[in-house]
Amino acid sequence: MSVGAFNGHGVWAIYKFEMARALRTIWQSVATPVITTSLYFIVFGGAIGSRMQQVGGVDYGSFIVPGLIMLTLLTQSIANASIGIYFPKFTGTIYELLSAPVSALETVIGFVGAAATKSLVIGLIILGTSTLFVDLHVDHPAAMIAFLLLTALTFSMFGFIIGIWADGFEQLNIVPALLVTPLTFLGGAFYSIDMLPEPWRTVSLFNPVVYLVSGFRWSFFGQGDVSIGVSLGFIGALLLLCLGAITWIFRTGYRLKP
Amino acid sequence: MDTILSLAGVGKTYKSGHQALRSVDLNIRRGEIFALLGPNGAGKTTLIGIVCGTISPTSGTITVDGHDAVRDYRPARAKLGLVPQELSTDQFTSVRHTMEFSRGLFGRAPDRAYIDQLLKDLALWDKRDNKLRELSGGMKRRVLIGKALAHEPDILFLDEPSAGVDVSLRRDMWRLIARLRERGTTIILTTHYIEEAEEMADRVGVISKGELLLVEEKQALMKKLGKREMDILLVEPLAAIPPELSEWDLSLEEEGHSLRYAFDAQAEHTGIPSLLRKLPELGIAFKDLETRKSSLEDIFVGLVSDQREQAA
Repeated sequence: MSVGAFNGHGVWAIYKFEMARALRTIWQSVATPVITTSLYFIVFGGAIGSRMQQVGGVDYGSFIVPGLIMLTLLTQSIANASIGIYFPKFTGTIYELLSAPVSALETVIGFVGAAATKSLVIGLIILGTSTLFVDLHVDHPAAMIAFLLLTALTFSMFGFIIGIWADGFEQLNIVPALLVTPLTFLGGAFYSIDMLPEPWRTVSLFNPVVYLVSGFRWSFFGQGDVSIGVSLGFIGALLLLCLGAITWIFRTGYRLKP
Repeated sequence: MDTILSLAGVGKTYKSGHQALRSVDLNIRRGEIFALLGPNGAGKTTLIGIVCGTISPTSGTITVDGHDAVRDYRPARAKLGLVPQELSTDQFTSVRHTMEFSRGLFGRAPDRAYIDQLLKDLALWDKRDNKLRELSGGMKRRVLIGKALAHEPDILFLDEPSAGVDVSLRRDMWRLIARLRERGTTIILTTHYIEEAEEMADRVGVISKGELLLVEEKQALMKKLGKREMDILLVEPLAAIPPELSEWDLSLEEEGHSLRYAFDAQAEHTGIPSLLRKLPELGIAFKDLETRKSSLEDIFVGLVSDQREQAA
């Protein structure tokens, strides 16, 4: 029997396998972000919020919700996808994936789809948790979901690339720790970049996370540091960049096949 | 002859510059058991990896049942099952789930009855819900075989199936392979155990330093090179072989203390009884006899040294 034009069973097998991995550690997967988010609310919302009541007409506690979700979404997407592809490389089970009749696209749909699903669920859990602390309303729910989805997908792909590139566990952690977390903190997750003096405001515009947080915040409050169109264009470009890199990886067998 | 797998000019040079395979041509017949025999580092695993898609070839083409293994990889790979040498398993997955995963990955719809049967065939039924990390090495090897068979492949590759496996499991595995062959599965195995090739294979390919030295029917190979030798230990040393013994292929060894007779074990008349009658007639007394058969090991050692002499 031959495999058709699209190996749906193969994609589903990978997706299911990856989701099962998350379910094995369901407690960590859910509890960690909920606890972390609550701590952020207590520290930032409670301590700073008591001195800084509002940002651009929005209550400070509510103002940081999109940034918090973005922070978790980025780190979780990268962590989930990178470990998902790195681990088979580490244990040697990657042989089966390489010998299977699955295309690059199908592999990516399976791994990235599962990683994005997980971070999306966590993002929604954080959103739910935050309603326990602040009054929240979302101006553009459809845009919010779209932003969540696009970001989760893009950064899961980014994580997938890191997982393929990484030669050891240190390298897996180095990009999230040294690049993504600082960029998120400096990307206006907890403040509006309009509050920064020059030249820092302009410097911040080179930080890709600014566009993600800004666009996501717009979907909540109808306002952001940059226009929604620019944000959307930016994340779309990022998505295409990651897709291009992954296509190249599979075409050349980079770090996958000797 | 019905060829199911064909390699033409397949070569591999790794980035380090190491040439693992030099232009291998090989045709595998449908339904046969083919043993790829060679020492460690000969290129056996590289060859299998290239066919199965885990290693990119530097040159050459591979055709699996009419499908190019690179351009037309979907139908080609769907026909192949690979049991790797390393016991690489997902530690936290159960035996049944990992086999179901493999079936899906290779594009087949779930089939519980088939997986159940496979679990029973591999004597894994009692362990079906165990996590892989709870299994012994031998059990893991069975699971890897199960994973490779989960999508009902036409060709099964076994890379060093006996590596790190005890005698009873090795016997089990040989029986399993025999059963698979009866069902029409083509089997290609690599080994550096001569007995394994000798016991199971229909044909043997001898590989060394990335070159396929020869491919022969096992029987023909044994017949062609299956010479036996008999040493006759003499009571008194001989200075020369008496002319009366010229009809036998004899040589004097150990300074005349031993007479060596080379004969063909497959021949109808080995010449042994007549030789042993002739010796007392000539007044030659002997105290002991020793016969040796040249195993695939001898054949292999001979081939490799021939190869080296040619190269020198």
